[in-house]
Amino acid sequence: MNENYELPLEDAGYSFGFLDEYAKKEVRRCILKAIAIPGYQTPYASREMPMGRGFGTGGLQITLSLIGFQDTLKVIDQGSDDSVNAVNLRQFVQLTCPGVDVTEKTEEASLLQSRHRIPEKPLTQAQILILQVPYPDALVVVEASEARRKIMHAEADYSRLLVKLYEDIVHFDEITISHRYPTRINGHYVIDPSPIPRWDVPKLHQSKALVLLGAGREKKIYAVPPYTLAEPLVFDDIAFRVEDFRDATGVRHACRCCGSTVSFLDEFSNDQGMVAYQCSDSAYCEEQQQTGSAA
Amino acid sequence: MSRKILEVRGLSRIHGKGCPLCTQHTGPEFDTNICPFCGSVVAAHDINFDLYRGEILGIIGESGSGKSSTVKMLYFDDAPTSGQATFFDGAEQHDLFSLNAAQQRSMRNKRFGMVYQNPHMGLNFQISAGGNIAERLLMSDLKHYAEIRRRAGELLSRTEVSLARMDQNPKTFSGGMQQRVQIAKALATRPPLLFLDEVTTGLDLSVQAAILDLILEIQNELDTAMIVVTHDLGVIRLLAGRTLVMKHGRVIESGLTDQILEDPQHAYTQRLVASAL
Repeated sequence: MNENYELPLEDAGYSFGFLDEYAKKEVRRCILKAIAIPGYQTPYASREMPMGRGFGTGGLQITLSLIGFQDTLKVIDQGSDDSVNAVNLRQFVQLTCPGVDVTEKTEEASLLQSRHRIPEKPLTQAQILILQVPYPDALVVVEASEARRKIMHAEADYSRLLVKLYEDIVHFDEITISHRYPTRINGHYVIDPSPIPRWDVPKLHQSKALVLLGAGREKKIYAVPPYTLAEPLVFDDIAFRVEDFRDATGVRHACRCCGSTVSFLDEFSNDQGMVAYQCSDSAYCEEQQQTGSAA
Repeated sequence: MSRKILEVRGLSRIHGKGCPLCTQHTGPEFDTNICPFCGSVVAAHDINFDLYRGEILGIIGESGSGKSSTVKMLYFDDAPTSGQATFFDGAEQHDLFSLNAAQQRSMRNKRFGMVYQNPHMGLNFQISAGGNIAERLLMSDLKHYAEIRRRAGELLSRTEVSLARMDQNPKTFSGGMQQRVQIAKALATRPPLLFLDEVTTGLDLSVQAAILDLILEIQNELDTAMIVVTHDLGVIRLLAGRTLVMKHGRVIESGLTDQILEDPQHAYTQRLVASAL
């Protein structure tokens, strides 16, 4: 450490983006390493944040390390811009990063922080998607020891994950993993792509946008760089399948608000037991309603 | 091409810090394998043998004689203190203890098989019998579900486990059936070398006989070389062409099994044979 180093006087009492400069530098270094080794879980010194671990502190630290005055931020929680967690995180960034614009429109954002979903609208090269991750290691379901998991990752030994898929097919005739679907990045490391549904997994493949995944509690950052292979773990003769939202007669459910039949739907039940479906991505749904161009 | 598959020279394992006198003051003539000076345990010392394709080599001895330690080192469950083991795999030749950890794991998963006395060590009781075999096949890079099912079914049929039980958890199986699933799992990658560590111990006599018959049939069919560790002379008599007799970490007698059983030279072997008759 350079003992003569001093922050410039005008900045001495203030650090843009809540984190101190050393913390930002640490996170940025880890982001660079994560991009250089696609899918590798890079350990980092996760900071205490003014919210509980598990509320998106990993994603937030990445956001705060990358954000600048010129950025526009969109925060989503389970597809919605209006949920309590998304609103609180957005307000926190506005409070600690004065001058930063926020938006609910996917195409306007330069940084997108999300939990559980990737927006329906295709992302561009100019955008960075930051996903909040509760459990970064896909192997944790088959191997409790982190030391052994590290060896398995290094040797790309994912046979035990495939055994889990095998057992699923044997007992249920299909793979039952609904979210956190193990996905192989750039032909080597298998990641837990955060709790995004299977619907969103193909969006990681050759994504134009940089995808960064941050786990604050587990102190890991990993990345899917732009234009990188992202292949769900499957058998050679059994294709990966996303949710189809079909009823018993084979007809696809449509969003009750915008009528879309090409988006990921949330299922709602009322007190009478009636089931309705609605777009999970609220911004996409609103846009479809306004333009009236839902498929 | 030579039919030799394994060459073991000077294999030793000392548990503890060891001292220069360890090997000189332990062994059958001192009636102990614990060093009187430093307290280290000489589990195995200067083990030498060759193994040929399709041959079954028996290792017999009392508890603590070093027979399982020898097999553990060859299967990379334990590291030797000194010695060499060369594995001849077709045109390739591997110095087993010079391989790095990743190469050792690959060798273990793809070229060796192991059947333990305790099925809990060889089988995963969280998944089905077929899943256990699938795990070995997936480790050897077979990723075709239908082919995995076919191969697992074939192996279970071969080891006389009903196909109706293929998708059941092996914890619901009898001890003999668990051992047969373990053998099927060990054979999944058609390894040229198979280790069997007290596979019939704890099973009743009729089940023991069925397992031993199965091992002989597999040896004939697949030309698999095997090292059978046991303290049961009956198992050695039935399976092994050649035998090593171990006591206090040393090989005290080796040769053709018939010769050892009919004309034992070492006093311990004589007592062992006499006690079994």
